Formats: sequence, C-alpha cells, structure tokens
Amino acid sequence: MGKLLGWVDDRFPLMKMWNEHLAEYYTPKNFNFWYFFGSLALLVLVIQIVSGIFLTMHYKPDAELAFASVEHIMRDVPYGWLIRYIHSTGATAFFIVVYLHMFRGLMYGSYKKPRELIWLFGMFIYLALMAEAFMGYLLPWGQMSYWGAQVIISLFSAIPVIGDDLTLWIRGDFVISDATLNRFFALHVVALPFVIVFLVIAHILALHEVGSNNPDGVEIKKNKDSKGVPLDGIPFHPYYTVKDIAGVAVFLFFFSVVLFYFPDGGGYFLEHANFIASDPLKTPAHIAPVWYFTPFYAILRAVPDKLMGVGAMGAAIVVLFFLPWIDRCKVKSIRYRSVIYKANLTVFAVTFVVLGWLAMQPVTDTITNLSRLFTLLYFAFFVVLFVTSKNEKTKPVPDRVTS
Amino acid sequence: MKKHILILLLAIFPATSFAAGGGVQLDAAPIDINDKDSIKRGAKSFVDNCFSCHSAYFMRFNRIAKDTGMDETELREMLIFTRDKKGEATKSGDLMKAAMTEEYAKSAFGTAVPDLSLTARARGADWLYTYLRTFYVDENRPTGMNNLAFPDVAMPNVLMNLQGVNKAVYADDGHGGNKIEGLEKIQPGSMTTEEFDAFTADLVNFMVYLAEPVQAERRSMGWKVLLFLAIFFVFAYLLKKEYWKDVH
Amino acid sequence: MSTDSVNNGKRRFLVASTSVVGAVGVGFVAVPFLASWMPSERAKNAGAPIEADVSRLEEGRMMTVDWQSKPVWIVRRSEKTLANLEESTDKLSDPASENVDQQPEYAQNMYRSIKPEFLVLVGICTHLGCSPTFRPDIAPADLGESWLGGFFCPCHSSKFDLAGRVFSGVPAPTNLVVPPHYYVTDTTIIVGKEGGNA
Repeated sequence: MGKLLGWVDDRFPLMKMWNEHLAEYYTPKNFNFWYFFGSLALLVLVIQIVSGIFLTMHYKPDAELAFASVEHIMRDVPYGWLIRYIHSTGATAFFIVVYLHMFRGLMYGSYKKPRELIWLFGMFIYLALMAEAFMGYLLPWGQMSYWGAQVIISLFSAIPVIGDDLTLWIRGDFVISDATLNRFFALHVVALPFVIVFLVIAHILALHEVGSNNPDGVEIKKNKDSKGVPLDGIPFHPYYTVKDIAGVAVFLFFFSVVLFYFPDGGGYFLEHANFIASDPLKTPAHIAPVWYFTPFYAILRAVPDKLMGVGAMGAAIVVLFFLPWIDRCKVKSIRYRSVIYKANLTVFAVTFVVLGWLAMQPVTDTITNLSRLFTLLYFAFFVVLFVTSKNEKTKPVPDRVTS
Repeated sequence: MKKHILILLLAIFPATSFAAGGGVQLDAAPIDINDKDSIKRGAKSFVDNCFSCHSAYFMRFNRIAKDTGMDETELREMLIFTRDKKGEATKSGDLMKAAMTEEYAKSAFGTAVPDLSLTARARGADWLYTYLRTFYVDENRPTGMNNLAFPDVAMPNVLMNLQGVNKAVYADDGHGGNKIEGLEKIQPGSMTTEEFDAFTADLVNFMVYLAEPVQAERRSMGWKVLLFLAIFFVFAYLLKKEYWKDVH
Repeated sequence: MSTDSVNNGKRRFLVASTSVVGAVGVGFVAVPFLASWMPSERAKNAGAPIEADVSRLEEGRMMTVDWQSKPVWIVRRSEKTLANLEESTDKLSDPASENVDQQPEYAQNMYRSIKPEFLVLVGICTHLGCSPTFRPDIAPADLGESWLGGFFCPCHSSKFDLAGRVFSGVPAPTNLVVPPHYYVTDTTIIVGKEGGNA
C-alpha cells in the first residue's frame, strides 16, 4: 500500500493535495452550526449530479415526449420515482443550504478582505445555480415549466433595442417550443454543471489559499506556534471531517423527511399546475416561480414599469456582488459590530423572507404596496450598510478565538 | 434549523396554489390511501364510469392489480374490457387508454377530454370530491348541468343515475344579485346521499392513488431510511465526540 | 492539542463502525440507481408473451413474430424434413440437445419442439447475435451438396439444421434457443411463457 502510494506520489501530487486541503489545512476550532452549510452544499451538488445523470438515462428532451417521459420515470422505471424525487428535493435543498451559507457570510463578514474573491466566486456559483434550476424546471414540460419559462425569458425583452430579437434567439422559436426545451436540456445537463463544478473548485481553492474565517472574525494565522501551525487552528481532517459527517447525517434525515413524506412540499417544491402537460394556448390562473426565486420575483412585480422592474430585479442580485466594498467596516463578525448592523441585517433577512412570501400571493393593491415597501427595505440594507459601516462603533475584537 | 424553516414555510403559506375554480368551499375528501379495498372499488367505478371517455394514460392495468393484490383473472374480469386497434385483447401491462378517440371527443364536447392520470395531483383530492358531488341543473348549459367546483364544465353528470338530480338554492348576495347557497335534491338516484358520498370517496381515493401509485411504498420506505440515518448519526456523533476530545 | 490521553482502541472501533454503517448506507443508496437500469414496466409489457396463429402457415414455410423485440421463427416442417433430421446427426455438435440452457425441457427431443411439425426458435445466432437466414432449399450452390435445409448465419457462416441444431466446425458454440412456449389451441401458440401443457 505504502509502496503504491509512493509510486503515485512520484507522478502525481496526491499526498501534497491531501495535506494541503485536508490533513494540514488548519481550520479555526470555533466553527459553529452555520459552518456546516459549505460542505453540505458540496454534498447536494454531488447528489444532484448523480441523480441527474440517472434521470437523463430515461428522460426525453422532446416537446412531444418530455411530460410523458417524466411520468414514465415516476411509474415504469424501477425506483425512478425515488431518483426523480431525490433530484427535485435536491433542488430545494440546494437553495436552502446556499441561502444559509450566504447568510453565514453576511453575519461573520466572510466576504471581507482577504476573502473578496471567495465571495465573488460564490456569487457566480449562485448565479449559475439559478440558471441551472430555471432551465431544469422547464424539463418536466408541465404548465408551470412552460409558463414560468415564458415569463422569465420575456424579461429579456425589456432590454431596449435588442430585447425582442434576444428573446427570439433564446427561445429559438416564436414561442417556447421543442427547440427551447432541447437547448435548455443541453445547458442543464452538460454546460452549466461544468461551470458550477469549475466555480466550486475555484471557490474552495481561494478559500484554502487565505484560510477560513470564523464566528469571531479573527485571523488565526496571526498567532502561530514554533512549527508554523496556527494556535487556534485544527487540521480539517480528521476534526471537521468527522464533525461534518455527523452534520451530513442530520441533513440527510431532514432531506429524507421531505423526500419520502412531502416530495411536492405542499405545492411549493413541485407545483400543482406542473402536473398538467404544457399547453401553449392556456395560461394557468396563478403563476408563481418556485420558492427560491420568489424574493426577486416580488421585486420585479413591485415596479410598475417593465424595464425598471427587470432592472430592479437584476440590481437586487448584482448589488450582492459588491458587498465586500459596500461594507466598509474593518470588524468582520457581527459579534463585535454595532447595534445598527445587527438591526440592519435582521431587517434584511426578514425582508428577504417576506418578499418571497409576497411573490406567491395573488396580486392585490395591498400586496403590491407591501412589495414596494419591502423592495425599498431590501435596497435600504445596502445603503444603510454603506453609510454606517465607515465609522461604525464596534466592540474590541479579541486576539484569539473565543472557544 | 432546516426543519424550523420548513415548518415556518408551511405555516406561513398554508394556502397552496391548487387550480381551484369557482371559489367554492371544498369538502374534505374522507380518503385513506392505505385502504386497498377502497382503491379497488374506486378502480372499478373509474373503469365503469369514467374510462369510456377519459384515459389514464400513464397508468398500466397490471400496476393496479399489483398494488391492490388482484390476480390476472380478477384484473381481466374487473377492469379490462378494451381491445386494441387490431381487435386483440388489451394486454394487462398496457397503458389505460380510453376507447374514445380525441377527435370524437372534440366533436362531441367541443374540447379535448383530459387525461385523468394526474388530475388528483393537479387539482387536489378535496376538489375532486367536491366536483363529483356538486352538479346541479342549469338550463343555460348545453348538457343541462352546471357544477359548483367547476363552473360551466363541459362534462355531463355521468353519475346522475346514482346520485339523482340536484338544483341550486339561491340566496341574496347582499349586492342585489343572487349567489348559490347550496344544493337541493329534486330527484332521487339509486343511491342515498350517504351511499353516494362513500362511492365518490372510493373513486377519489383511487384517483389519488392513480396520480402517484408509489405513495404507499414511498412512505413505508421513508421510515426505514430515517431509522437508518438515526443509527448512523449515533455512530457519527460518538466518533466526532471522541476526536474532539483533542480540541481544547 | 494533547494526544496523551487518547484511547486508541475506542477511536479505532468508532472509525471502523462508522465506516461500516456508512458503507452499508452507500450500498443501500446504490440499489435504486443500479435497479433503474433493469427493464422498465414499458419494456416488460413490450416483452410480454405474444400470441401466434399458425393455422395458415404452409408446410416448408417460416413465419417471424416479434417477442421482446427479438425475431422468433416458427417453421412448419414436412414429414421428409423430420426424417432428414433423424438421419444426419453425425455432423452436429449437440444432436441430442444435451445443453439444457438452449431449450425448455419439453423441447429437449429429436425435433426440439412440442409438436414435431412446428419448430419455434429465437432467431438469433448463438455466436455473436446476428439473425441467420432461413435456407430451406436442398443442396444449393453456395452451401454444398449435403445441405438439407436449415439456417445460415451470413455474419460468420454458422450453420444450423431445421431443428436449430448447430453443425460442428462453425463459430457458433450451441444450438439456437427455443423460447418458452405452449399451445392454447391446436394452431395458436403463446410465445414467452410456460404453459400448462409443458
């Protein structure tokens, strides 16, 4: 065994990589609950890739056959239903995990110097993930797939001058059709997974270059022992591998509860109207995107102008990219930041959830007014952060991590 | 945490977006998906009453037999009466395709007759249960019938012989118009109201099963998986604790 | 970090037991994914037993039916053909159908059939899966003087007689397969299923 390892190591940096990324990657010892979601996101990515590969073996990306092929998977393929539900539950799990992972970053200032690139890679992953989920949702070819895609693609028509030609080009037809389905399938199963995997590798390499942040926002590399090992650091392997394995067990437990008992999530994970085959002549009464897009959809609906609405929605996502520069406070962790930041972040989190809820409601005057209010609150977070963070009254940050 | 969020989500969003029409108050369908006899009775009613026009084109006959414990002979006697285009008897593993063609349906009803494989997932059991029981006389409709859950529905009340005939009872809606307050039986059918409700419940139970035949298996597999994960967690947790003794 | 008081035995036990339970879990997860490659209900239905009416099949002729998307041949053999089968056994590798995998028990006889008259065969060469051609003609130019009718595989020149028995010295190792079948009436054969008259 040792000989084989030596043989490989002479030709490939196996032990070097193992040490750099696991056995000698020193990680702050004070990670809390919020630090599970990074590795969980990686797990969900693997789950999605594996279950997705098996779904493509039975799915037919053809407007005539797609809807029936999904039911073929659900009924005729041995355990096809399980694989399909793993994939659909995985989509929801992916966004839950990623949103919690991002919120962790906001709480502990994980996007701040020297980790700006980690954040940017992460944001690109999020963007690619949204595209991946959106294109994947077209594939079952139900009413929601069809009309959801119709609405989202039409967003591009808001772009002045080239808008209409652009939407035509995206669809490859005058309406959503076989051509659209086929290209979305290709992007969903081949192109975007490549992009996501590449970005994830970049995200992790960037992280391992500068080292992990922690709930205290203390740089553990500042205090090293004589051998150069951070005093507050522990090797990722075995300490965080065993911890993450326990976390994985808990995660899979909740994952399985949804998978086996609430696979359609009460109509929020698999929408009811999507059990009707797509019909280009009949729009369902109530179109709402899947839950993970709803906060941005609410912002779109709040603005009474097409171009401005699309712009606002885009801005709501783009502004997140600039967070490392909008937040000018030197202190990272929320533990040592001012009441203003704590309040601001709390309001932001609540706003995000409320916007999501608003987008699922049928449009009334009240809902529209509330959507406008919360859209303003969403952007207010960034404005307040920019203004107050420069000279924020912070508490003293300890030299070492606090347990 | 995820569970909390889930519970929170379900608590905040109780009203799911079933495509209910008419805004009528839906009756809760008294169904039990584990009651195989009920599903069997429902399957029989379905084939007798719905299947001449409506397909269940994602379902195979022998799947029903397998899931409700029928043998081949029973299946043929109870459910399979159709023949294929060449006149050969339908195979027990065939998909449940109705005898009526799409073209005929369009000419007879002015609309395609929907496939019923997934209706329970698209509309919900309560909607189906309400819909099947709330036909009422309406002379303005081509079929002479209207429906509370599905206003201006094209389908005639095929269960009229069993249910009898209902008429609408109107009340002042407070804005100078009329609204339907309830239904009243004006002509009895071969079943009492209670019998008909039970009959409809079986039929709806079958349609819920039809929409997702695997649901019983799914649930029974679920707790085994959860039990396994709980056991795995104990080992993983003890392992974590053991290693983290090193960390001070 | 201090490693003085580490109980290595306990640690090893926990690593091993967690790994074992985890491996069992991975094994369980693998089952549905591997099982999804098995024939679907659609494939099974398409491969369900089929009915063949042989009442109008003339002597010396062959009909082909489709079972599990494989060609199944039914040949109506004359008295003379049957007599030929009894004679020319010395050139065959397995004249008595001793290889039990190639036919059901009820076809393990001289004619490899339930009724001598009707031969039912899966028309796929046991060499590499081509479908041989039916050559009932006696002594054709290309197959030689001694040819008494049979099946010839164009892919690699394997030869079979009119009972599907393979000749010696050809690439195909075994006789052609007789599928499970039975008669529901005198002239109606169900292919793909064992019947009561086996």
